[in-house]
Amino acid sequence: RPEGLLGMRLQEMIRVIRSARTQGEERGIIQKECADIRAQFRQGDNGERSHSLAKLLYVHMLGYPAHFGQMECVRLIASPRYSEKRIGYLGAMMLLDEKQDASLLITNSIKNDLSHSSQYVQSLALCTLACMGSAEMCRDLAPEIERLLRASNCYIKKKATLCAVHIIRKVPELAELFTPSARSLLSEKNHGVLHGAVVLITELCEHNPDTLDQFRKAVPELVQIMKGLVTSSYSPEHNVAGISDPFLQVRILRLLRILGHNNDTASDAMNDLLAQVATNTDSSKTAGSAVLYETVLTIMDINSESGLRVLAVNILGRFLLNNDRNIRYISMTSLQKIVQTDHNAVQRHRGTIVDCLKDQDTSVKRRALELSLALVSAVNIRSMMKELLIFLSTCPPELRSQTTSGIFNVAERYQQSFVLHIYLIRILLAGGDVRDETVPNLIQLITTASELHCYTVHKLYRALVKEISQQPLVQVACWCIGEYGDLLLKGECEEIEPVQVTEDDVLDALETVLQSHMSSPATRGFALTATMKLSTRITDNVDRIRSIVSIYGSCIDLELQQRAVEYNALFKKYDHMRAAVLERMPVMGKNSPGHTNGDTSGENKEPDPSKPKPVEAGLLSEPASQVIIIGYFLTETVYEKNGLRLKIQCDKQTETEVMVTLIGSNSAQNDITNFSLQAAVPKVCTCSTFKLSRFSTHKQQIISAAILTGHSIHTVHEY
Amino acid sequence: ALSVTVQPRCKIIRFILIQNRAGKTRLAKWYMQFDDDEKQKLIEEVHAVVTVRDAKHTNFVEFRNFKIIYRRYAGLYFCICVDVTDNNLAYLEAIHNFVEVLNEYFHNVCELDLVFNFYKVYTVVDEMFLAGEIRETSQTKVLKQLLMLQSLE
Repeated sequence: RPEGLLGMRLQEMIRVIRSARTQGEERGIIQKECADIRAQFRQGDNGERSHSLAKLLYVHMLGYPAHFGQMECVRLIASPRYSEKRIGYLGAMMLLDEKQDASLLITNSIKNDLSHSSQYVQSLALCTLACMGSAEMCRDLAPEIERLLRASNCYIKKKATLCAVHIIRKVPELAELFTPSARSLLSEKNHGVLHGAVVLITELCEHNPDTLDQFRKAVPELVQIMKGLVTSSYSPEHNVAGISDPFLQVRILRLLRILGHNNDTASDAMNDLLAQVATNTDSSKTAGSAVLYETVLTIMDINSESGLRVLAVNILGRFLLNNDRNIRYISMTSLQKIVQTDHNAVQRHRGTIVDCLKDQDTSVKRRALELSLALVSAVNIRSMMKELLIFLSTCPPELRSQTTSGIFNVAERYQQSFVLHIYLIRILLAGGDVRDETVPNLIQLITTASELHCYTVHKLYRALVKEISQQPLVQVACWCIGEYGDLLLKGECEEIEPVQVTEDDVLDALETVLQSHMSSPATRGFALTATMKLSTRITDNVDRIRSIVSIYGSCIDLELQQRAVEYNALFKKYDHMRAAVLERMPVMGKNSPGHTNGDTSGENKEPDPSKPKPVEAGLLSEPASQVIIIGYFLTETVYEKNGLRLKIQCDKQTETEVMVTLIGSNSAQNDITNFSLQAAVPKVCTCSTFKLSRFSTHKQQIISAAILTGHSIHTVHEY
Repeated sequence: ALSVTVQPRCKIIRFILIQNRAGKTRLAKWYMQFDDDEKQKLIEEVHAVVTVRDAKHTNFVEFRNFKIIYRRYAGLYFCICVDVTDNNLAYLEAIHNFVEVLNEYFHNVCELDLVFNFYKVYTVVDEMFLAGEIRETSQTKVLKQLLMLQSLE
């Protein structure tokens, strides 16, 4: 085992620390050791300093503070002994960074060591500078590095090139300094130097478009070097699994990518080479695949001929069939980037991509899902939907939401196909993790496909009968039963075997939802409204509905109670309007935002699908606007805040006329200004004659509007 | 949220870590500026992320706005943190290259070798990686240099 005097003392301490049985014991040992180390540092040069610093570095690695060693690093770096320099530099790299003042102090030592007679000392200095050199240090020492790039041995040149890279990253203006030497380094034979040179040139090109232009002239040279690597006979030193220096190949390919991007001349010059690498590289091991992968990336990013692009996509396709999961994964990552631009080429591999949905690694599944969704087209929609639905039923929980929304988006895009609709319902039935906003979207989608209403309500009814724990499913099912209950009861439906559903069956199902503790308040709202709607769609059991509605008139849940009371009134006082109010909903526009019950704001509201068509009053107070949806036939205080109180009163005037009165009072100190009232009414009703007066302090003002059937809105007064 | 950002288009290795299953760090080489607490946080996060994975996962973890390429050898995880657009396979090979050198240098390396000779492990890293880039890939050359360096002590 490699050891030395240094090694032994260090190992002793390490053994002692490791023998500690508890964290507390370890801390005690460390404290003692640090005290010793500090004492050693104070004693000055005694041949023990490097041991002490080494111990301190170990302690640092365990996570304990070691700042007090920083100055010692500075001192050791300045020592003439190699063993001390070496530890000093290591310490500098571990304990010092640009933010410490001490780092500046080593600049001079580094400078001296860069011209040291021993290449190993030079190497230490180079390494440290490249690791933690601050901008200031870099500026100071850049000329030295540049000199080393030109006139030194290979070992040093290798390090100098990468040190130059670091300098340019820290101080971009210094790039010019290194450009000439970088160019000439390309003619080096030593792989390590070549590698460094390519990295350096890449960095220079990325920093400066003019430099990039200059280096385009080097493309032929780079092509030659690559050709040499690809076709060379077995070169043992840099061989990895039969590939000659794959790391260098990868870097050259990356540089070619940058040089060929958006430039026809450069792209042409590398076309043949890329084809050669693509066809001749053995991909049975990772090394070869790494080179092939980089080749594909380059082909895709330059102006390649279409034949070359197809070749690249085929490589990715082959990767998809590879046993190594890593390779399948990166293939899909790349395919995702080109699926828009090279759609047809990627489509050819659709089958394999879909197979990857079954992979055990979730990240692979995720890639396969994204790609699959991108590959859905009018031609393959049916089979793809099938696969995606199968995937949904077995996919890991973290992917459910993405899958469901992906399927929905695809469904929306192709909503003309009624087959899709059927699958849509199956999504819900598969128990997809549906977000709240999806419910109104799905409902809207359902209204647009009138030929499917019968099928939809049958399917959903059956699902509802089986289980009612999934809220989105239950909500959509209730809504459909309410809307299309008549179709459900008729019993006949093309796509489903007919089953006789009685009115009692349907009402049973809805009541179960109403009573279940699993139902959320919103869901119960859906169920109650659906029950109410059925009163115009069934013939025998209207009384049952009446009694359900009246029971809920005293429900604890305020929302439910309010609805029930309204519906009760609809039965009693306004029975003649019931049919009109509860009639079939119109097809809803696509641009309606998703609604959640009751708390959206704004003027252009589409009808809320969960309620029969109500009268709305929008009230503005302070900066925020609030919409309060009120029932038809109540007299109650609907708003009370900051001294403003509003009551709504509805009175039947004639058989066809209802007077809705908004009574406002202002008990605040100041006048209320910028008050505006808008009323929206369903199409069976219209609004006329708004009369507004000003609100002033301590006065009651009355705003009244008469709602008449059959007339269009006269004016809406805004105040 | 902790993010590892560099200037755009800077494909650089952010750090290299060797950790054991329990989370002890056997080597931490940083190629970017981080505060001490940032370093600690990153070490913990990387450990948390790689130790839950097994043979049915890929060797790549996309994490926040960077990517970890890792490989497990016995009880040790070798992790390289790179840019999301970098070539995963090439770094996977680089890890293996590095491990083979360690194995040769320490004669069938085990975790304790890395513990008791930690400063030598840093020397190996510095021979093979520099400034956040792969530096020397020839195992023969690296081993030759390491032996030379050893003789100087």
